Amino acid sequence: MTDSKYFTTTKKGEIFELKAELNSDKKEKKKEAVKKVIASMTVGKDVSALFPDVVNCMQTDNLELKKLVYLYLMNYAKSQPDMAIMAVNTFVKDCEDPNPLIRALAVRTMGCIRVDKITEYLCEPLRKCLKDEDPYVRKTAAVCVAKLHDINAQLVEDQGFLDTLKDLISDSNPMVVANAVAALSEIAESHPSSNLLDLNPQSINKLLTALNECTEWGQIFILDCLANYTPKDDREAQSICERVTPRLSHANSAVVLSAVKVLMKFMEMLSKDLDYYGTLLKKLAPPLVTLLSAEPELQYVALRNINLIVQKRPEILKHEMKVFFVKYNDPIYVKLEKLDIMIRLASQANIAQVLAELKEYATEVDVDFVRKAVRAIGRCAIKVEQSAERCVSTLLDLIQTKVNYVVQEAIVVIKDIFRKYPNKYESVIATLCENLDSLDEPEARAAMIWIVGEYAERIDNADELLESFLEGFHDESTQVQLQLLTAIVKLFLKKPTETQELVQQVLSLATQDSDNPDLRDRGYIYWRLLSTDPVAAKEVVLAEKPLISEETDLIEPTLLDELICYIGTLASVYHKPPNAFVEGGRGVVHKSLPPRTASSESTESPETAPAGAPPGEQLDVIPTQGDLLGDLLNLDLGPPVSGPPLATSSVQMGAVDLLGSGLDSLLVELGGGGSGALIGASNFVSPPAAAVPANLGAPMGSGLSDLFDLTSGVGTLSGSYVAPKAVWLPAMKAKGLEISGTFTRQVGSISMDLQLTNKALQVMTDFAIQFNRNSFGLAPAAPLQVHAPLSPNQTVEISLPLNTVGSVMKMEPLNNLQVAVKNNIDVFYFSTLYPLHILFVEDGKMDRQMFLATWKDIPNENEAQFQIRDCPLNAEAVSSRLQSSNIFTIAKRNVEGQDMLYQSLKLTNGIWVLAELRIQPGNPSFMLSLKCRAPEVSQHVSQAYETILKN
Amino acid sequence: MIHSLFLINSSGDIFLEKHWKSVVSRSVCDYFFEAQERATEAENVPPVISTPHHYLLSVYRHKIFFVAVIQTEVPPLFVIEFLHRVVDTFQDYFGVCSEPVIKDNVVVVYEVLEEMLDNGFPLATESNILKELIKPPTILRTVVNTITGSTNVGDQLPTGQLSVVPWRRTGVKYTNNEAYFDVIEEIDAIIDKSGSTVTAEIQGVIDACVKLTGMPDLTLSFVNPRLLDDVSFHPCVRFKRWESERMLSFIPPDGNFHLLSYHVSAQNLVAIPVYVKHNISFRDSSSLGRFEITVGPKQTMGKTIEGVTVSSQMPRGVLSMNLTPSQGTHTFDPVTKMLSWDVGKINPQKLPSLKGTMSLQAGASKPDENPTINLQFKIQQLAISGLKVNRLDMYGEKYKPFKGIKYMTKAGKFQVRT
Repeated sequence: MTDSKYFTTTKKGEIFELKAELNSDKKEKKKEAVKKVIASMTVGKDVSALFPDVVNCMQTDNLELKKLVYLYLMNYAKSQPDMAIMAVNTFVKDCEDPNPLIRALAVRTMGCIRVDKITEYLCEPLRKCLKDEDPYVRKTAAVCVAKLHDINAQLVEDQGFLDTLKDLISDSNPMVVANAVAALSEIAESHPSSNLLDLNPQSINKLLTALNECTEWGQIFILDCLANYTPKDDREAQSICERVTPRLSHANSAVVLSAVKVLMKFMEMLSKDLDYYGTLLKKLAPPLVTLLSAEPELQYVALRNINLIVQKRPEILKHEMKVFFVKYNDPIYVKLEKLDIMIRLASQANIAQVLAELKEYATEVDVDFVRKAVRAIGRCAIKVEQSAERCVSTLLDLIQTKVNYVVQEAIVVIKDIFRKYPNKYESVIATLCENLDSLDEPEARAAMIWIVGEYAERIDNADELLESFLEGFHDESTQVQLQLLTAIVKLFLKKPTETQELVQQVLSLATQDSDNPDLRDRGYIYWRLLSTDPVAAKEVVLAEKPLISEETDLIEPTLLDELICYIGTLASVYHKPPNAFVEGGRGVVHKSLPPRTASSESTESPETAPAGAPPGEQLDVIPTQGDLLGDLLNLDLGPPVSGPPLATSSVQMGAVDLLGSGLDSLLVELGGGGSGALIGASNFVSPPAAAVPANLGAPMGSGLSDLFDLTSGVGTLSGSYVAPKAVWLPAMKAKGLEISGTFTRQVGSISMDLQLTNKALQVMTDFAIQFNRNSFGLAPAAPLQVHAPLSPNQTVEISLPLNTVGSVMKMEPLNNLQVAVKNNIDVFYFSTLYPLHILFVEDGKMDRQMFLATWKDIPNENEAQFQIRDCPLNAEAVSSRLQSSNIFTIAKRNVEGQDMLYQSLKLTNGIWVLAELRIQPGNPSFMLSLKCRAPEVSQHVSQAYETILKN
Repeated sequence: MIHSLFLINSSGDIFLEKHWKSVVSRSVCDYFFEAQERATEAENVPPVISTPHHYLLSVYRHKIFFVAVIQTEVPPLFVIEFLHRVVDTFQDYFGVCSEPVIKDNVVVVYEVLEEMLDNGFPLATESNILKELIKPPTILRTVVNTITGSTNVGDQLPTGQLSVVPWRRTGVKYTNNEAYFDVIEEIDAIIDKSGSTVTAEIQGVIDACVKLTGMPDLTLSFVNPRLLDDVSFHPCVRFKRWESERMLSFIPPDGNFHLLSYHVSAQNLVAIPVYVKHNISFRDSSSLGRFEITVGPKQTMGKTIEGVTVSSQMPRGVLSMNLTPSQGTHTFDPVTKMLSWDVGKINPQKLPSLKGTMSLQAGASKPDENPTINLQFKIQQLAISGLKVNRLDMYGEKYKPFKGIKYMTKAGKFQVRT
């Protein structure tokens, strides 16, 4: 005898019959009828017509019947609000029942009746239940508040239920605490502004106590709530971590992951020198590995999170590579995630193992997986330089299998390898060319064409190969068409004699027969470039390409930090901050990792800045028209921009023409990098910023290049900050010769501005200057020219151009410069410290991707933090001011009201320095974090920052 | 929190729906069906699917998709863990968890689900407590219920829910007091072509069946607790005691439960108890291929390997196989291309082997992929990691219980590449 009997219907209309049974006098029959109703309801049949009859059965002592009726009520009350009021009395009565189970049941059901009219009647019983003597009732009532809030938020606030709920956080029963936290968290989610879960050390202590005693689900709520707390110092963070770590051994994987979140977040506050820090790192690995032996669905979520953790702290799992090896019967979604993590963990130490595995995967059945495995081999090559050769040979082996999609995928990644290690593996091109005919996917075709074009000079029959593609030009996808166009132009520039016809053919195909504006525009640009100035065309098309960065899919550091705060949530599965996708964008509050604060230090920086200070400075940010003009004039008069000599012959015509049609698209290409996905586009977009305007400027008239410069940053050319002259050599020490001076940097050239004063009684002549070897190889670029003899009491100002090609010797301090000046009287020595910003070169703007990869790549030990005090500027002003000294802002983000500027600069000797500048509006103290492979420069860079910002 | 639950069978019918908040139209499942269609196999349906207004989180067990609908940010592991708990509960209640069984017990299912979540918050997920609230159907009880009109809903306050030991009900009484522990270890391993281990790890669990009167307080100690550096405990285990003394101290739930699971990682040396010698080769020219597998014992500590089955997904090009086993029976499904060989016990004196030929589709080229061999086996009375229970003591109660420990090792995901 089973419940399926409830589904048997009779001919005469089920509802009718049920109605009769519900109204029967016999208790037994009634109950059977209610069961039948519920059964119909569960399978989605509409039994709402029976509402009054079912509600009539509610007044009963039979607990099961009561529960069944409650079930029914919850489901249908919404559609029958008037009828539902009939049930109110029973609820109120049940809330007074001596049996706590009944009280709890009533308060539970009450909240599920989603009818506005009823809710008001329920406030009183709910208030009583929140203070009930039985914790079971209290905990049920806590959840009921959340339910009620969902129906009528205003009512809940007016009735003061939120405060009662907050009080329950300090309840003596851990289960009540857990439910109160859960309810508050849910309410808080729809009320991001309200400070519902205002945590303080006392309440944290309560939560930690409850954590040990409540159910597994309660632990999840409490841990998630703890993760929102910011401990006041590292000691508190450590003590919380200590109390949370036992949760890592819980059988429930959600508890484990929530605990991991708390630890990952609070760990940020701990100093790395602490023993505890190391212990904690060690403790994190085993539970993460264990998650991977759970059911596949759990594995998937765990893997997505591990992906984040591995990016943030690779050291945790660096020895656990093997657990990510793919089993052939893993579901595909697990396989793909494992593969991703394998690549992230790949290093020189384990690359052999990883490659062997990847090769194995490349022979599996699942096409998607095989493709990704082949791609992974390419990524390994790019990531671990030592393995590149082995990767390439593995890829060649795979190409030999002739499995179509494997070959295509391999060619796509080999193209990337070429871009990372140019002129190293070109010997394989022949093998690639053999497979030309089997390529049918656009990406693979485009990659192959790129290779042919790029290495046209080494492929004897490059023209034939490209010509064969040209036949079906119009059937190709845009990606291939664009690539083909670029490749043929490259070919033409390399072998102009034999390929004239081909290039004309492709240009006419692209410009005349195509409807695609991208293609047409690119065709026109090439055409005009080629017809106006082939030299410039060569500079543009065959420009040196920047190397591709190691890992292109790394998550931006700030976003990563934010996501670490969301471990275990949907955000961590999608790798997007919640506000990017959570329903309605309810203004989710940004979370960020807590800054590291030591308990010994006074943590608060004095907030003495007058509130009204910043606006005054802002005016400088947007230069007035006059300033712009000034800059332009300035530029025209200034020394010629480095680059190829201007070809003036056909400038007029070309410029006019281009302005007509080509320029707009050109600007679009340059500005937006709209077709960034195309390899060919990189010819335009990627060369170092300084080179682009110079090259393109040539055929377009010099004015255009100014425009470009203006778009890329106002004030680039106004020169960096110049300190006032200081006395370097007092007259007393130099037999009457006083030397004061300063350093300047203007449009790429460094000079030393000297002021020589003769305070002696005799004429001085025969001046000469020499520098000792120094850290950056600074040396005079010209002899010291003092034209006339210097008579007593006369002063002469000289600007001595400097270069950085002198001999190098590390000085202490780093920016120390020892100078010898000779005149007819004697030789004098002095030393001076030069500001480091004179060494910041103009092309110090790093590509975003590159920045990310580099930031990650530089070990954390190299990170140095500085505080810049009393600088009442806002982010824009800071950014433009720094830019004029060649510190380039690459990205700006606003996190919790703080402006984060990501900046890069390059020193004359090629050292890159990456910076993160944290500016809090209203607070004149900035936080500057510098990362550089040569950490010794950081301090001087930070001084340069201070100098620039404060003057 | 969890909004709704849909149960969907493999042919794509929703056969049960349960809403804990407002009703979500079942049309939301259309997104799930789309994903289901895209995935070639049911196992490959992604567990997290986003739709414009909801998220669908699913688990696939017993050929049923359990699809939970959520609307706000909820930890997905929380939902997935809960879904697995639902399946476990059904299995516990009805013995099996299948579509017909769920349909047959729909009212109990509905009542159980109602007790498990309240407004999407987990309420009672311990099966001890659930069974107190809603009695599982037994043939006898159903008969009695229909005759006497009593119900399977308990009218008691679930006492356990509020005590410090929520997992144990009060007032337990047995005439025979017994406590049995099974140490079960599964070896997950990948063995490469040449027979060397690519990766191997052990997933161990200690399952307990404790039927003791009153409130017994047990301690279980190990000879070599050092092995257990990566463990997950049942909530009843006192973690502090484990940290300081390396022994398990707990008040057990009543009945069957997972006391602890542990993981012996790839870094420790894992003994591999079997080896497979294989020779599977296709020739370019001929449509015949050779197939030969031999299974033998390796590090078994003198125990017999039994329940051995070998299975392998053959390449698509294989039409049929003509094989002779030295023992056991074998089958080859020409549709799914699944070869399975039920070997039974391994006799070290006479190693079992399966030899013969495979015929390929005429004219087809040699298959690209190499089949992977999947191995199942069992070894009684052996925990391959070497874990050994030292002693079990009981405090808090006067009587003397029967105690028993059993060890077993079996293959988990044990794969041999060829």
